[in-house]
Amino acid sequence: MSKIHVTTRINGDEAEFLCDAEETLLDVLRDHLNLTGAKEGCASGDCGACSVTLNGRLVCSCLVLGAEADGAEIATIEGMASGEKLHVLQQKFLDHAALQCGICTPGILIAAKSLLEKNPDPSETEVRYWLAGNLCRCTGYDKIINAVIDAAAEMRKV
Amino acid sequence: MALDEYQKRDFKIIGTRQPRPDGIDKVTGRALYGADITAPGMLYAAMLRAPHAHANIKSIDTSRAEAMSEVKAVVTAADFVQGLGDDTQDVIDACIARDKVLYDGHGVVAIAATSRAAARRALKLIQVEYEVLPHAVEIDDALAAGAPVIQAGRRGNKVPKGYNDNCTNWCEFGHGDLDAGFAKADKIISRSFRTAATHQGYIEPHACLASMGPDGQGDLWCCTQGQYFVRTLCAEIIGMEESRLRVTSSEIGGGFGGKTTVFIEPIALMLSKKAGRPVKMTMSRDEVFKATGPTVSSVTDVRIGMTRDGRITAGEAFLRYQGGAFPCLTIFPGAQSAFAVYDLSAVRTRAVNVMTNRPRQAAYRAPGAPMAIYAVESVVDELCQEFGLDPLEVRLLNAASKGTKSSYGPTFDDIGLLATLKAAKAHPHYTAPLGPNQGRGLSCGFWFNFGGNTSVSLNVNFDGTIGVTEGNPDIGGSRVSISMMAAEELGVPYDKVRTIVADTNSLGHNDVTDGSRVTFAVGLATIKAARAAIGEMCRRAARVWDIDEDAVIWEDGHAKPAGPNAGSHQPMSLAEIARQSPNTGGPISGHHEVNAEGAGVSFGVHLCDLEVDPETGFTTILRYTVFQDAGRAIHPDFVEGQMQGGAAQGIGWALNEEYIYGKDGRLQNAGFLDYRIPVASDLPKIDTVILEIPNPGHPYGVRGVGETSIVPPLAAISNAVSRTIGVRMQELPMSPPKILAAIKSAGN
Ligand code: FES
Ligand code: FES
Repeated sequence: MSKIHVTTRINGDEAEFLCDAEETLLDVLRDHLNLTGAKEGCASGDCGACSVTLNGRLVCSCLVLGAEADGAEIATIEGMASGEKLHVLQQKFLDHAALQCGICTPGILIAAKSLLEKNPDPSETEVRYWLAGNLCRCTGYDKIINAVIDAAAEMRKV
Repeated sequence: MALDEYQKRDFKIIGTRQPRPDGIDKVTGRALYGADITAPGMLYAAMLRAPHAHANIKSIDTSRAEAMSEVKAVVTAADFVQGLGDDTQDVIDACIARDKVLYDGHGVVAIAATSRAAARRALKLIQVEYEVLPHAVEIDDALAAGAPVIQAGRRGNKVPKGYNDNCTNWCEFGHGDLDAGFAKADKIISRSFRTAATHQGYIEPHACLASMGPDGQGDLWCCTQGQYFVRTLCAEIIGMEESRLRVTSSEIGGGFGGKTTVFIEPIALMLSKKAGRPVKMTMSRDEVFKATGPTVSSVTDVRIGMTRDGRITAGEAFLRYQGGAFPCLTIFPGAQSAFAVYDLSAVRTRAVNVMTNRPRQAAYRAPGAPMAIYAVESVVDELCQEFGLDPLEVRLLNAASKGTKSSYGPTFDDIGLLATLKAAKAHPHYTAPLGPNQGRGLSCGFWFNFGGNTSVSLNVNFDGTIGVTEGNPDIGGSRVSISMMAAEELGVPYDKVRTIVADTNSLGHNDVTDGSRVTFAVGLATIKAARAAIGEMCRRAARVWDIDEDAVIWEDGHAKPAGPNAGSHQPMSLAEIARQSPNTGGPISGHHEVNAEGAGVSFGVHLCDLEVDPETGFTTILRYTVFQDAGRAIHPDFVEGQMQGGAAQGIGWALNEEYIYGKDGRLQNAGFLDYRIPVASDLPKIDTVILEIPNPGHPYGVRGVGETSIVPPLAAISNAVSRTIGVRMQELPMSPPKILAAIKSAGN
């Protein structure tokens, strides 16, 4: 079976890979590019653990084909901090203990970041509905919601 | 006084909110979970699973798959030796079918190939001939006369006459004269309740990387709640000595009891052994639902008598649980916990486990207790309604307390139930006004908690920092709590301590992360390991000062001379002693090994307000408050997190979650779309109130907090719904159609 040659940008860096037609972007990130921050919780678009952005749009990378990444701009959790400096959301997640096992955390951080880019001052209800596609089984969401709202407030200051 | 008994003291670090050592890795995507590592030359495994609930395997033809050049190993049940101990044999039989398929999704053939795609293609080339058998997936069907026998020869010897061959386990608990007790009641209510099987629903599917070398040594990386138990099981199944298999636990993406056994690990090891290459095996979500252990489903009959002033005079329950196609002990904690929150003079519980054509159950947070307590707390609530009594007052009147002979035997020591109930009563939530179609429910909860085998080693590094090595996977912040206890005991700042989780060959045995045991038992061992290190540091200081070692005490992280013959010396800090240690006798460490007892039972009370839409039967949770005794909250954030997480899972169980089987015995909702766990927009804030009634069996008073929180939501929500719609609900989950039918049946 012949492979597809894909050129893309991931977290600002140029990336190139060969993939099968049926491989998802999540497969490519994890298996070919060694970016295992995006997690596979379901492979069917139901859990959000694989969330990344594709040309600025929040997507489940398990529902995007690797081949579709050609010429695109992808952002994953690995690109969220700048060097040693955590993104405000990452810091607030730690401050609020918004993670227990942490498997949902990369997806939720990516999703929350994309919410705050669109809506810098979301209500609690807006945060809850925006994150409804990201399952967390450990926390009951309470501390996650607090962390996002606190991060939004902090980000509005700067 | 033994050292592990609770001693009152002022804490410097305990009770503060310190940063977790694994935090940055987890918010940056660096943390490595089960599926996140690779090995050179690695193969990918895939499993062919049976599409029948119950069937004889007539033949398996793997020749076409084996002919593929990409396929490097094929494994069936025939590759495993048989006649292992009952429990271990059941574990491997549940992973891969021997000659009979016992549930929809039961593994039949495993393949290792050079790519995932090749492994999947290979599965399609395997031919299995089945003879489909009649099946039973529901408790009543499996208990019926003439029911298909799921596994012959497994009927339990304690099971009374009149129960068929599917009945594997039986138990009875209680005390007092039931007849006399019921005779004193002004009202007796008998009801029967049903709960559906639910899944732990951890977001990380099972995953492992197995590597068996030609020298017979093996390495296994996996997401598990207990690397030592994985080693024990796999070593026995594969037929190797434990020392030859090193198991490393990855970061774990949730478990809740579901990762206390193995589902793929022995298969991956066997594939690796046959292929001579590392094998990565991961489950899809569909496989997780079908072929790992959900919790039991249950039918529970409850009969309770009460006087008109609210005193419970007698209680009786009969539990029927199914835990899949194998014997299952979950009836024991179920029957033991059913009435545990009450101080009763006459109580009896009986329970039977029945096999069905479902996957082998695995523990799920307080296994067996939520469904039993749901049934009891529902009837108590109905009796309160009957007499017009305040449900919290009735709980206060009947609550177990210190000195109560529990419904399952032991007499309680200091427990926190009364304090918890009083906190609930005093909380503004309890008296907040309710609107139309709204109701309030409450329930108590209980869990035993567990201690168990534990090893901890604590090293004082030359630079004065501390390394703690423990052996329990950190499932929700335990490393930070362990570090805090070490720092507290040694008298050093928190940031001087780093705790890591060891592999099986780097530290002595540790029981599985279960029974809410880690903060209690590993904490206890850590404190004692610290005390051992302190003893050694005092000896080193004595040597430097050339005084008697008994004349040295430890205070605030320093060795100090004390007593009449000590002389005057400047106190030596831990860092100083550590720096000098090469010249005073070598490295300093402390370790402790224990089979910890005295875990200290745990109680909680939940309050829930909700609204039922009378037109759709849809329930919205409006307000939720959890009250729970933590003994001592080491890190309050993570105690609250356990309380909130358990409540959220219980809410899902009460309202949405269930295993749905078709007439063909096949699971119809093996995915997160159709098995719907609560999402952020389903839930309100979950408020928490931590009570601290110290556990007498722990130096800092710690009680486990992980499990109790899933127990009360079932009845709290059912009671609230029942009060709102004026009909006593008796089945979970209370999905909108069921609530609508209940409303209609009552003609409201
Ligand atoms: S893995 Fe993509 S949504 Fe679950
Ligand atoms: S922290 Fe475990 S799933 Fe969210």
